[in-house]
Amino acid sequence: MLAHLYAILIVPFAENPFMRRALAGALALSVASPPLGILLTLRRMSLFGDALSHAVLPGVAVGFLLCGLSLPAMSIGGLVAGMLVVALAGWISRRTQLREDASLAATYLVALALGVMLISAQGTQVDLLHILFGNVLAVDQDGLLLIAGIATLILVLLATLYRGLLLETFDPLFLAACGGRGWLYQQAFLLMVVLNLVAAFQTLGTLMAVGLMMIPAVAARLWSERLGVQFMVGVALAVLASVAGLLLSYHFDLSSGPAIIVSAGAVYGASVLVAPGGWLRQLMQRPHLRG
Amino acid sequence: MSATVGGGVDAMAGTMISLHDLTVSYRRHPAVHHLSGSFARGSLTALVGPNGAGKSTLLKSLLGLVPIEHGSVLLGVERQHIAYLPQRSEIDRSFPLSVLDCVLLGHWQRNGLHAGISAEARQAAVQALATVGLGGFEGRALGTLSGGQFQRVLFARILLQDAQLILLDEPFAAVDEPTIDALMALILRWQAEGRTTIAVLHDFDLVRGRFPQTLLLARKLLAWGATAEVLTPENMRRMRATVAAWDEHAPVCNTEGED
Repeated sequence: MLAHLYAILIVPFAENPFMRRALAGALALSVASPPLGILLTLRRMSLFGDALSHAVLPGVAVGFLLCGLSLPAMSIGGLVAGMLVVALAGWISRRTQLREDASLAATYLVALALGVMLISAQGTQVDLLHILFGNVLAVDQDGLLLIAGIATLILVLLATLYRGLLLETFDPLFLAACGGRGWLYQQAFLLMVVLNLVAAFQTLGTLMAVGLMMIPAVAARLWSERLGVQFMVGVALAVLASVAGLLLSYHFDLSSGPAIIVSAGAVYGASVLVAPGGWLRQLMQRPHLRG
Repeated sequence: MSATVGGGVDAMAGTMISLHDLTVSYRRHPAVHHLSGSFARGSLTALVGPNGAGKSTLLKSLLGLVPIEHGSVLLGVERQHIAYLPQRSEIDRSFPLSVLDCVLLGHWQRNGLHAGISAEARQAAVQALATVGLGGFEGRALGTLSGGQFQRVLFARILLQDAQLILLDEPFAAVDEPTIDALMALILRWQAEGRTTIAVLHDFDLVRGRFPQTLLLARKLLAWGATAEVLTPENMRRMRATVAAWDEHAPVCNTEGED
């Protein structure tokens, strides 16, 4: 029995270096992504990450056109494009009557179209698929360092700016009335989201990168009413989904990125059913208290 | 009407806020129109007027939250000594934050991003909660509070801010009588402590009973001074007459300030 479990759970990682690198990369992403996702849901910007992941694409494409399938070039390109879109959308929402989500919607769609146009003008369909859907099993040493470095940077930034980020999300008017520069926290936060997407695009692809950020985050919100606990639950669920997804992809020869996201989906489904904020708890009517 | 102060900070000795020909517009339509006057230091003023009269806009312009199109606002107090209670509709109460944490945000102006919360600061927050009648609520999630209880939490946060100038935007909207009494007692205590308070209100009986000063605003200034002299039948009639006056094709305003 134990030997059987060992063969299923441990052997794939023990005997294959590429699986170990994939695991390390996925775990680094699992630690950094869910807190960002939870903050996004709290800002009622759950779909924002999706939009931003599209915004990163033209930069990745430019990097690809200039240097081929080079990770640093595509990462820097993605980062620059993401920041440009965030800054432009932020500027439009501050200087015009458009709200942030509206100005971002307009900006990212144009960015996405530009990206697809650039890639399809030069590359092949295979390249496009690789960029859109990623390949976690092809993570090399450099890619791993990039992911781990960005994840570390995000955690340090989150810890440093935590109180301000929280206040800017919870009660931006209070912060503004105190003379605080709310847009600074907002831009720093969006920078973190872009960084996270850039780190994740190689493993999961730009389209799936959002999944590891949002799905565990949304599930975590069902488990607790305390933000700190939500962060921890989110990370735990993301780790679970990453390990399960990699094992699934190994044993059943599935595409790794989607396998991780589908695993996250299963974790989310279970949370919807059994978490304290989920369906079963609503179904079980417990007797009310005296006061 | 109070005297208009147009000079520098020197002229601000007994004055907390001085407005000079203040105009704030949305899409070229003035929300606050050529408003001049001053709030005395330590005064307690009710800001009344119909919906859309520019009351919230006036408070926001004092804080620099909306761009001032014309004229000036002079504040006799530094930014970190101002407390502001926004209209409740602008805060998300489902945020996963405990009541105590929310109150502790009142230390933001002194503690900023990194300073730790001392035992005294925490004690002050617990004390503030007890003062607003929410002793024992420290660990509750904000989402479990009623509207009135949440309003008390926000007052507790203001207590912690220890501000010299307190701006309250409709503090009693959808709040029951006992809560109004409790919060009103706090406002009167602030006045006794020499703090300056401006509150947007719709309950004229409350204003007549408790607020010494009243500013009656209907985009332009209707009356400003002692409450009994402001809330006269004549002024109330003028206020109602201006309520529905919205001119989509209003001509450009050429007035070069009217004091």
